[in-house]
Amino acid sequence: MTGILGQLFAIVLALILAPLLTGWVNQCRAWFQNRTAPPLRQQYYMLHKLFHKDVVLAHGASPLFRFAPFLVFGCMVLACGIIPSLSTDLPFAPAADVIALVGVFGLARVFISLAAMDIGTSFGSLGGRREMLVGFLAEPALLMVIFTVAMIAQSTSMTTIVETLAHKEYVIYPSLAFAGIAFTFVSFAENARVPVDNPATHLELTMIHEAMILEYSGRHLALIEWASSLKLYAYSCLGLALFFPWGIAERDNLMALVAAIPLLVFKLAIGGFLLALIETINAKVRIFRVPEFLGTAFLLAVLGLLVRLLLEVRA
Amino acid sequence: MLNPLPTLLPIDALLIAACAWLAVGLAGLVAPRRFIGKFLFSVGALIGFSVGVTALCFLGQPAETAVLAIGLPTLPFHLRLDSLTAVFALLLGLASVGISVYSAGYFRSGEGAAPGLLCFEYHVFLASMLMVLLADDAYAFMVAWEGMALSSFFLVTTNHRDEEIRRAGYLYLLIAHIGAISILLSFGVMTGGAGDYTFAGMRAQQLSPFWASCAFLLALFGFGAKAGLVPVHVWLPEAHPAAPSPVSAMMSGVMLKTAIYGLLRVSFDLLGSPLWWWGVTAMAVGLVTALFGVLYATVQNDMKRLLAYSSIENIGLLAVGIGLAMIFHAFRMEALAALAMTAVLYHCLAHAGFKSLLFLCTGSVLHATGERSLSRLGGLIHRMPWVAWLALAGVISGAGLPPLSGFVSEWLLLQAFLFSPGLPHSWLNMAVPVAAALVALVAALAGFAMVKFFGIIFLGQMRDPALKDAHDAGPWEKAGLVWLTGLTVLLGVMPSTVISAIDAATRQMLGAGLADKVSEHGWWMLAPISPDRASYEPLIFLATIAAVLLLGRWLVVRLYHGRLRRTTPWDCGYVFGGPRAQDTAEGFSQPIRRIFEPMFRMEFRLPSIRDAAPRYGVKVEDHFWHWLYLPLARLVGWISTLVTTLQGGRIAIYLLYSFLTLIVLLLVARP
Repeated sequence: MTGILGQLFAIVLALILAPLLTGWVNQCRAWFQNRTAPPLRQQYYMLHKLFHKDVVLAHGASPLFRFAPFLVFGCMVLACGIIPSLSTDLPFAPAADVIALVGVFGLARVFISLAAMDIGTSFGSLGGRREMLVGFLAEPALLMVIFTVAMIAQSTSMTTIVETLAHKEYVIYPSLAFAGIAFTFVSFAENARVPVDNPATHLELTMIHEAMILEYSGRHLALIEWASSLKLYAYSCLGLALFFPWGIAERDNLMALVAAIPLLVFKLAIGGFLLALIETINAKVRIFRVPEFLGTAFLLAVLGLLVRLLLEVRA
Repeated sequence: MLNPLPTLLPIDALLIAACAWLAVGLAGLVAPRRFIGKFLFSVGALIGFSVGVTALCFLGQPAETAVLAIGLPTLPFHLRLDSLTAVFALLLGLASVGISVYSAGYFRSGEGAAPGLLCFEYHVFLASMLMVLLADDAYAFMVAWEGMALSSFFLVTTNHRDEEIRRAGYLYLLIAHIGAISILLSFGVMTGGAGDYTFAGMRAQQLSPFWASCAFLLALFGFGAKAGLVPVHVWLPEAHPAAPSPVSAMMSGVMLKTAIYGLLRVSFDLLGSPLWWWGVTAMAVGLVTALFGVLYATVQNDMKRLLAYSSIENIGLLAVGIGLAMIFHAFRMEALAALAMTAVLYHCLAHAGFKSLLFLCTGSVLHATGERSLSRLGGLIHRMPWVAWLALAGVISGAGLPPLSGFVSEWLLLQAFLFSPGLPHSWLNMAVPVAAALVALVAALAGFAMVKFFGIIFLGQMRDPALKDAHDAGPWEKAGLVWLTGLTVLLGVMPSTVISAIDAATRQMLGAGLADKVSEHGWWMLAPISPDRASYEPLIFLATIAAVLLLGRWLVVRLYHGRLRRTTPWDCGYVFGGPRAQDTAEGFSQPIRRIFEPMFRMEFRLPSIRDAAPRYGVKVEDHFWHWLYLPLARLVGWISTLVTTLQGGRIAIYLLYSFLTLIVLLLVARP
């Protein structure tokens, strides 16, 4: 019973914290760029406003177009539910291991790309094509990162990975360093962040994610925006769980659970700050340099795996 | 397990089913035309259903054999039904139900061959595939194999008035026979000179590693030619689009699997235990095939060619899985071998479901629009909602995404890769994870190809005004599509049940299975090793997403409102929209062409700047034609010209040859 409650609590916390994390990243970015920062709560205001507005739907939209935002939102909620952010006591966790988690992200990506192609505008299909391009480059790299970690933990189950990594005596794994860098690259690409995409622009040469959702409005847009902050939150928590798993509560440990919340917020704040910093000091690359960027990530991830197999397994 | 026909052995039931299919086919030749379509094909579907049920009930029981009195005087037909056969008979039966029901509504007169002839060829095709699975000696196997090749050749060339289709059929027949010769030689090697052509005799032979390897390589080439492994895949993208859609579905969904069956039968049953480097060979060929297939699938502009290349990719993945199972089996890591083998068998079933479904969908699109080229389709979800939504299930499964069938086999395969370290060869230990990386890349690219397939055909605006008249599939066609969609969903959400059912085949081949481990944790959960190491619960997965979806929708409408207005698309204020402003199929795959440029042979057509009516174009071709097949054809041509110089056409010269030969023989062969 406590398991189910903890699970629901983790999901509700994700729903609440995700827009805050996006707001925090935006605020840090504004500081770095010497702009006046929007308030932290800006994302909530925006969601509230969008939910109030009517949906303005293009004539050619099929039911798939209206169905996709809900599905994408559902996928992201599931992802947040199975990544251990506060505790490893998650009844939903056996539903999907990390490979299935990559599948969840893939499912969401396919649906948002299909929705982008649905109305048949020039921007929509362009965005869908680019999103799938980034996706097929990022997905293998992400899987390789996960393979490296899974080989250390001898498991692909998220909870087992966290329990193994957090509670072993402290060992330095060189392979994890490679995997961590690769994971950072991948999460920039997957979350439409600066070297790959620019979430703050409506310029046809640069946009990927924005191009896909141009035709969305009202509650659909609100759900998509919320889903993309949930995705950022999920990726951040995944990174924390894989590479900084300290402080995540174990089963039946209420005190640790209470202590885990401020720790998570703290870790997320630092992560968001670093994200904004990296975004500010980088320039967006053109779309055909993205394969190089993600190819590097892929190579690093494979290197990490080989390092794991060559150097660490024998020792 | 309860036998549905208590007085009848399952092997007899299957044999009767094969005969019944033949009878239905013969009835098609003589029956009046109005009976053929709906009535005979539905009878065929019923037979298919009984084949599926019989195979399912049989799974796990001891093998049964039978001897038929037909065949050569000293070599009657030996038949045998064991679990490996049963898994593939199950696949054949279940897929054929959907395809036959669909065909009942699909074939109409006036398109190429007469319906009666089609009905005959189609049912001979089905019966011969079943006989391939049942055959227990090389002779029966080859007879059935040739029957399958010939009947499918005639089905491919249904529209024989089209020269392109005739050429595709010729190529198919050619490669099918080169493959058949190779298989025959492989059987010949396996008899070990004992002259016993039964499979039992081959099992008893103790071949030296050299001869066993020869037999394996011949079998890999021969079955690979049928399955579409690189470089003998060239017939596949020609023949699949040429054939009518139900035939493409049958060939891609089922016939390619008979080749996989043959490969499994030879390497895990007849040859005993495989050597590890066979696995490496199969895996390498499979990886090349998978990568090649998926890359070419992404750049196709013909919907059936796209699916054909996607089949090549899936066959490649199957070969990777078989290779992995061989490696593990050779090193006596039975649990992992069983994992990889389960992934292979599961993917066979999954692919039979979703690829047949997708090919049938292209058939409906083809009938509704008369168009195969993606560049002229679009927006069909409005006109053909049934086909579109059912195709979406196939697309998601084909892209290897949860919670449908394609994902389960991909998941199992990746798990098998993941737990590979510990192989006694260090470089093999390195190579296997890199192979896993390539598998991941292939899976991600498959998603790209599938989004292209679905998005360009069914979404967006109609690229051709003629599409306004497109109509949805008829009731028979819908029923067939729904059946296959049901299979895809079931295979997706009930993996443990399915694995327990097909486990007997894994056990038969490897001596180890997954069923005990899998059934420990309840039918909803898939945990092939232990829940701590890896688990996947598709139903909970699906239920969570569905619950959030419905709850979210309810809450949003409840707390806010459900108001909606329709208007013209915004498109960033760009007012010159319209069908021609959206991405074409070529445009959609442009990033792939650009990133993987060396993989393709491309010819661009770029007009000059003064061109009044400029038309851009790109033609993507297969490198293998120019690297392998055309040089080979030139070589054959060159040799035959050399030979023709011997044939002067004058009797005197030929008499001279005979005279000289006689002299030489007299000199050499003295008593």
